[in-house]
Amino acid sequence: MEALLAFSRPALDWHALAPELTLLAFGTLITVVDIIWDDRSKQAMPTLAGIGLLATLLPVITLALDGTDRTMFGGAYVIDDFSLVLKALFLISGYVVILMSVDYIRDGDYYENEYYTLMLTSLLGMVMMSSSRDLISVFVALELLSIPAYMLAAWRKGGARSNEAGLKYYLMGVFASAVMLYGMSLVYGLAGSTAFGAIAEELGSLDSSPVAILGILFILIGFAFKVSAVPFHTWAPDTYEGAPTPVTAFLAVASKTAGMVALIQLVFVAFAGRDDVVQPFFWLIAALTMTIGNLIALRQTNIVRLLAYSGVAQGGFMLVPFAVAADAPARAVEAVVIYMAIYAFMNLGAFTVVLAVARKTRSGEIDSYGGLFQYAPGLAVAMTIFLAALAGIPPAGGWFAKFGLFRALLDAGGGWAAGLGVVVAVNTVIAFAYYARILGQMWFQPAPDGDERPVVMTGSLKAALAMTIIATMAFGILPGLVGHFGEVSVLSALGG
Amino acid sequence: MLLNQFLILGAVLFAVGVYGVLARKNGVMVLMSIELMLNAVNINLVVFGVQHGVVSGQVFALFVIAVAAAEVGVGLAIVLLLYRNRTSIDVEDFDLMRG
Repeated sequence: MEALLAFSRPALDWHALAPELTLLAFGTLITVVDIIWDDRSKQAMPTLAGIGLLATLLPVITLALDGTDRTMFGGAYVIDDFSLVLKALFLISGYVVILMSVDYIRDGDYYENEYYTLMLTSLLGMVMMSSSRDLISVFVALELLSIPAYMLAAWRKGGARSNEAGLKYYLMGVFASAVMLYGMSLVYGLAGSTAFGAIAEELGSLDSSPVAILGILFILIGFAFKVSAVPFHTWAPDTYEGAPTPVTAFLAVASKTAGMVALIQLVFVAFAGRDDVVQPFFWLIAALTMTIGNLIALRQTNIVRLLAYSGVAQGGFMLVPFAVAADAPARAVEAVVIYMAIYAFMNLGAFTVVLAVARKTRSGEIDSYGGLFQYAPGLAVAMTIFLAALAGIPPAGGWFAKFGLFRALLDAGGGWAAGLGVVVAVNTVIAFAYYARILGQMWFQPAPDGDERPVVMTGSLKAALAMTIIATMAFGILPGLVGHFGEVSVLSALGG
Repeated sequence: MLLNQFLILGAVLFAVGVYGVLARKNGVMVLMSIELMLNAVNINLVVFGVQHGVVSGQVFALFVIAVAAAEVGVGLAIVLLLYRNRTSIDVEDFDLMRG
């Protein structure tokens, strides 16, 4: 009895856990401050949340300077360069989203304090996701980032559209996690372990087992929902349109990136020996996602919906390197990481402009962007930069992301990779058509009803715009910058 | 060890759950169907854990139970919110946004 009850605490590396603990502490602090000071504390909430994210970046930087890989809980939780690069990306995206939220949440009829607590909780899940190397920790991180996001999507309690956004996101999200869990249970059954390393060994040796194929496909489909890949994308446009706009930006960038991070670890570590299943699956999904996302985006009239479908298509581009996962693993991981980093900033920037313009026009229709250049030239130029980046036109950052894709496909070689390269090229051209439509509206059309009052910008929106513009342009003009982070992260991702 | 029988039970439960999610219109019934799917997973995890003689399967099942409780809490809150605003919990009534 004594022996059964004996419990030895696993070794904890407090420095390695410092980012997660800091984030958790600030999330709790916001709740406590809310309970004690109630309404009087509302003004301080965004500041507190922003400080929390910046404070969390400090241990991430010290860990990166330290440079040693740290492993905890029998390999379930790993701090290496790959995870640190992505933690930093999540925290900075989260910071931009909080800058976008400040005025939107204060001016609207929203609960404020809980909003920031849930935002930090969701970010905690993402930060954990980048370190998870085990089925259980991936699952817990996924739910920790998703459950607050379901609530954030339905944040406008009285609004029918926001309710509907929350319901659709919740039902699809939970259904997807159930499918993914069933796949995980099958994979666990075959491998007898939840650790990615052990799973890779076991799955690699079971060539023709249908259970293995089923398990892998179920897990991948579960995450395909999360990254809104076609045909599992149906929730995304509705949720993006109905949710409060800063939450939409958060879902489109941070949540999608977190799904991609989980896919990287699963595909390149746990399913490393199963390219017979993984490569055809991603070839098909990537081609479908790009093409269908772009074609439906062409006929959208609401800018948020258009950005939603453009986000679906961009997700398709990010899935391209997975289709050559085994042929050129290093280039593929690098391409996905670089794409995620650039996508985060250009998409957050585009949503910031949408948010700023909606403060004046109260509309999300593309027609309402007429005359933007006359009454808000700064915003029009900013939007042009972001749309050029999304379309992949140099010198804005997006071209380097697309360049990374082609480099991965070229390294892999062969007919299938070349075919996918053609699909990517065709889709880049299609995407240009609808980005150009917004540009034409902004630059050449008159303002609707001759309303040329200027857009009132607030300090936090200006800060968000400045950060995203600088990052987007810097990645385009100095691609070595983001390329360096990509290369650094590759080594450790494949080494684990 | 009746491994196959347990796995078949899990597969049947999972299939019933998937059917419920796709066919049912009542929001609460959809939530219950999702619970069925999650419990099918739990059966699989526990059985595989026993078969391999390792405890990680049971631990995983405990995590699934805990997280499922949190998930359903949020789900019921959303359904309640919908009922207050629209006096309906028929998931097909919520189709303001299309295309």
